[in-house]
Amino acid sequence: MAVVKLQRPKLNFGEKIYFGALIKGFFLTMTHAVKTLRGKSVGADELASSGLGVTMQFPEQRWDEHLPEYYRGAPALVTDEQGRERCVSCQLCEFICPPKAIKIVPSEIPSDDPWAKVEKRPLEFEIDMIRCIYCGMCEEVCPEQAIYLRKDYLITGLKRADMVHDKKKLYEIGGTRVGLVNKWNELK
Amino acid sequence: MSDTPSATAELKLPKDQATEKGLVNVQIDGVWHQFPKGTRMIEACRQAQVIVPHYCYHPKLSSPGNCRMCLVQMGMPPRPTPGQEPQRDENGYEIIGWIPRPVIACANTIGENMGIRTTGELVEKCREGVMEFLLINHPLDCPICDQAGECRLQEQSVQHGRGVSRFVDMKVKKPKNVEIGPRIRLDDERCIMCSRCIRFMDEVAGDPVLGFTQRGAHTTLTVHPDRLLDSNYSLNTADICPVGALTSNDFRFQMRVWFLKETPSIDVNCGTGTNITIWTRENKIHRITPRLNDEVNSAWMPDSHRLNFHYIDGEARLTEPLVKSGSRHLPETWAQALASAAAEIKAIPAAQTAIIASGRMTNEELFLTRALAAEIGTSQLALVPRLAEADALLIAADRNPNTTGAKLVLGVEEPYWKLNSIRDGVRNGSIKSLIVLGDDLITDADFTAEDLGKLDFLLQTSVLANPTAEQAHIVLPSAAFAEKRGSMVNLAGRLQRLNRAVEPQGQAHDDWEILRDLILALSGGKNEVYHIEDVFKALAENVSAFNGLTLSKIGHQGAQIADTGYQIPLLANERARKAAGLING
Amino acid sequence: MPELIFQIAIIVAKIVILTFMVVLPLVPVSVYFERRFSAVIQDRVGPNRVGIPLTLFGFKKDFHFFGLIQPIADGLKLFLKEDFTPAHVRKAFYWMAPALTVVPALITVCVVPFGSPISIFGHTEKLVIADLDIGPLFVFSVASLSVYGITLAGWSSNSKFPFIGGVRSTAQMISYEIALGLSIIPVIMYYGDLNLSTIVQQQADHGWLLLPLWGHDADHTFTSKLLFWFPAAIAFLIFTISIFAETNRMPFDLPECETELVGGYHTEYSSMKFAMFFMGEYAAMVIGSALIITLFLGGWSIGFGLDAMVANLHIGDFYFGGLIHLGCFMTKLIGFILFFILVRWTVPRFRYDQLMKLGWVVFFEAALINVFLAALIVAAPQLKGTIIGIGAVLLVIVTAAVIWVAKVSEETPKVLRA
Repeated sequence: MAVVKLQRPKLNFGEKIYFGALIKGFFLTMTHAVKTLRGKSVGADELASSGLGVTMQFPEQRWDEHLPEYYRGAPALVTDEQGRERCVSCQLCEFICPPKAIKIVPSEIPSDDPWAKVEKRPLEFEIDMIRCIYCGMCEEVCPEQAIYLRKDYLITGLKRADMVHDKKKLYEIGGTRVGLVNKWNELK
Repeated sequence: MSDTPSATAELKLPKDQATEKGLVNVQIDGVWHQFPKGTRMIEACRQAQVIVPHYCYHPKLSSPGNCRMCLVQMGMPPRPTPGQEPQRDENGYEIIGWIPRPVIACANTIGENMGIRTTGELVEKCREGVMEFLLINHPLDCPICDQAGECRLQEQSVQHGRGVSRFVDMKVKKPKNVEIGPRIRLDDERCIMCSRCIRFMDEVAGDPVLGFTQRGAHTTLTVHPDRLLDSNYSLNTADICPVGALTSNDFRFQMRVWFLKETPSIDVNCGTGTNITIWTRENKIHRITPRLNDEVNSAWMPDSHRLNFHYIDGEARLTEPLVKSGSRHLPETWAQALASAAAEIKAIPAAQTAIIASGRMTNEELFLTRALAAEIGTSQLALVPRLAEADALLIAADRNPNTTGAKLVLGVEEPYWKLNSIRDGVRNGSIKSLIVLGDDLITDADFTAEDLGKLDFLLQTSVLANPTAEQAHIVLPSAAFAEKRGSMVNLAGRLQRLNRAVEPQGQAHDDWEILRDLILALSGGKNEVYHIEDVFKALAENVSAFNGLTLSKIGHQGAQIADTGYQIPLLANERARKAAGLING
Repeated sequence: MPELIFQIAIIVAKIVILTFMVVLPLVPVSVYFERRFSAVIQDRVGPNRVGIPLTLFGFKKDFHFFGLIQPIADGLKLFLKEDFTPAHVRKAFYWMAPALTVVPALITVCVVPFGSPISIFGHTEKLVIADLDIGPLFVFSVASLSVYGITLAGWSSNSKFPFIGGVRSTAQMISYEIALGLSIIPVIMYYGDLNLSTIVQQQADHGWLLLPLWGHDADHTFTSKLLFWFPAAIAFLIFTISIFAETNRMPFDLPECETELVGGYHTEYSSMKFAMFFMGEYAAMVIGSALIITLFLGGWSIGFGLDAMVANLHIGDFYFGGLIHLGCFMTKLIGFILFFILVRWTVPRFRYDQLMKLGWVVFFEAALINVFLAALIVAAPQLKGTIIGIGAVLLVIVTAAVIWVAKVSEETPKVLRA
């Protein structure tokens, strides 16, 4: 580490007595205040402001239509077009999850199941949404493309238990995802 | 160089000292080393800290050389024409002429002035090619494969593979999910035909039931018709399988290996004291695998011992102190249970009190048992013998893991002989109070419930609920082998260490703490022992065989402290095969 | 006897009305203003939701009214929180400290004149709780007690960061008290009185100290007032800034600092005890503003010579001019509180050494010189021209010397400069 010696700027008398900058500051903050009150803040239009500042008034106003394609909401499990649960409980998401929100209990698929050849699926799959930080690492790491971050952002509950999404809830949020992995089809 | 008399100059060179010691000079990746004659090239590389990637080679098995992964470039000095002096460099080594085609390192032995290159374009291209061939028919189902995370194919594909498949045709279909034995599942598509399992069953387990059928890309591993892979050593094949072709039914789909914490410890199911690794996650044991120790168990262990850990968090586990009131046992606090135990023991004369300890206790616990006997003032102290049939490999007839330790710590030649007199004493009423540490008298020591019913006081410490505990007035829950730290001496006189892999279940206490607290409750003294290390220190000061040792000095490979003359049969086999040059490790 | 009971009733009524119904409600209101004002400065909305949930009772819409109920909700929340006392604190002082910050701030209210006297049924009552003749001295003596609250909080918490916060604030408040006291001496000299009611009355009659535009007569010539405007302005500046430092407001809020001290002197406090520190800070801000207004900005006076007319407004026997003056006073007060807030959200905080330098090197000297300058101006009419001249020259020399010393002290010694 190189040592960098900083040269403090030389201030002239006007700058030294500080009042000029102070009054300039008052003007700046007051300009913002007035603009806010008039609903003319910078970026108010793009952000669909409610008319005061740049803020959108939730929940009357929703930003659903403003959500970008890449928005990272609640993580969820998906099934493929044949209704097979894509997750094979490899537990890579459990491993990568930075806040350790995911808990998986793996199990073997019984031999009478149509997808018995896949051999493995999760018996329990729980994501603790209190812990989840919506980082999307689970989606990125999934080798089966079974877990996706959906656009759901209103994850609420009255109890801690409500905030733990179990397998059923995760498939409910996730729905079906078509295409991508064809590894387990007869074509393989 | 030509000026100096070459004979005297060469004698001083390091290379020439090798011959005197029976070693040969080998150059590995440009550096000269000396190895004993007859060493395999791959083993020489390993000793020189250069790992040659391999699948089929295993130091404890013969080398058929069928995976071709360990290809290296070899070189020897060119043979001089008659009358010509070989060319030498300034250190006296002959100039190596490199052979343009690779050789396998696992099946070739080293020779004088040999050169080995484990890197370079030729070697790396070869490895890449071998990897590509191996992966052609491999299903790539790593997400569901239990081997993922400890799979050689995965690791070496990352290190030496090309990353992208050029194979466009259909993969060969083979049987999947085949039950070839009661404890082993086979997935033939994942198999890379290294034949390690076949060789293990043939050479070590002595039960050659596995073999290949078909040819070429359709080669299939299978079990002999009408036979199953039901040897008591079958799970070792899953350990040595470099891919996920053979997996353990017990561990199948339980947990990914990268979550598991490894704790080195020893097996307590027989006197051999097999070295093991306990794999745990969040206070739960998921599997046990053998740990390499050339003085005890080589690299193997019997299935029966390996799978004997499910009781630790099973239904029968005792998790809180119990005190009998009427015909039922009620939960009690530790302090209360120990206090009432001490009061009961004091109420009965020492001459009518006996202690039955267990050969499954650690040296430290036995030492404290001795102290307990001294505190009570009784000389009636015996262990329960547990004998069963030995196999010709690792399982010893003596199923107590610490008989030798008990002999040393208690200072007696035969720690079991007083058991009969205690049993008679209980039957004829001369013994009124009995302290049973860890063993089940009714199942293992020919006591009957009726005998135990005659006692005024019966205290038992136990891991699991059992018929003796049913009769006991106070039952104290103790720790299982994976929950404690301590030391044991195996039948061959090797002092080995147990390590705590998981915390005791519920309110169960470590045995040595129970004994300490019981002694303190009896004597009313103040506790001065907080660590198992302190107990071992006291043991080392009092028992000559342990002099100068501490728990940490024992190390993971153990320390030989006594010579009992006992031979572990598997080691004898292995040494014979090594002497015959069949194996290298 | 009935006379005495009547007197006591009047005093109690004044305390209840002026302290608990005028000043104390200003605390939550200024918190609300703080949040809304800072929000608009930062292009946000601020608390605008908490209201009366009429929809619960079947109405169509909730009654929000700009979220004015927010302070009540905040207070309720703090009140209902668990009051946690850590095991390692010194209990007596730990409990005393929050009270010691709030109580002095509220006691000082009693000398502040809120309006001109109200007269009803021939009985005249001044709108001040205690019309003391030592007003400013009382204020300083009581207000300086509040330093104990913060210091004790920091010390009794028995925890390192609160302790550092407490030490910081002790040094800061004691330093600025000197500048605070010295800066108003010119004002007191000018009025020749320590009674705040009299001071305000004089301003109402002869023009505010900083706005001397009306009520000129022989004793109060426009020239003399204009001449005194300069020391008055300097005093105002020093006094206002010192009040900022005394109340631990931005840019001098060094006793609290999340990044350096976790919280500050109140790290170990929770629930209502924390709320009392919070209240103490805002109460001090309210009282500080009241004091500035009273001394420099005419107190309750409307100004421009209207005060006498307003004071005479009456319906029958009820002279209600005092209430209008009270309204005027409150307006000024809220205006000044808004100024406090604007400063907080505009000016970045000072470094601690800058704060100390400002207090000891700049304000202390400036206030001291200002005293002599004011004395010269006040005494000028009675003195001969030559003496005034000598005085002025002396003052200039002393001022120059002080500035030179300050400048020299700033330079690092040559050896250390490297």
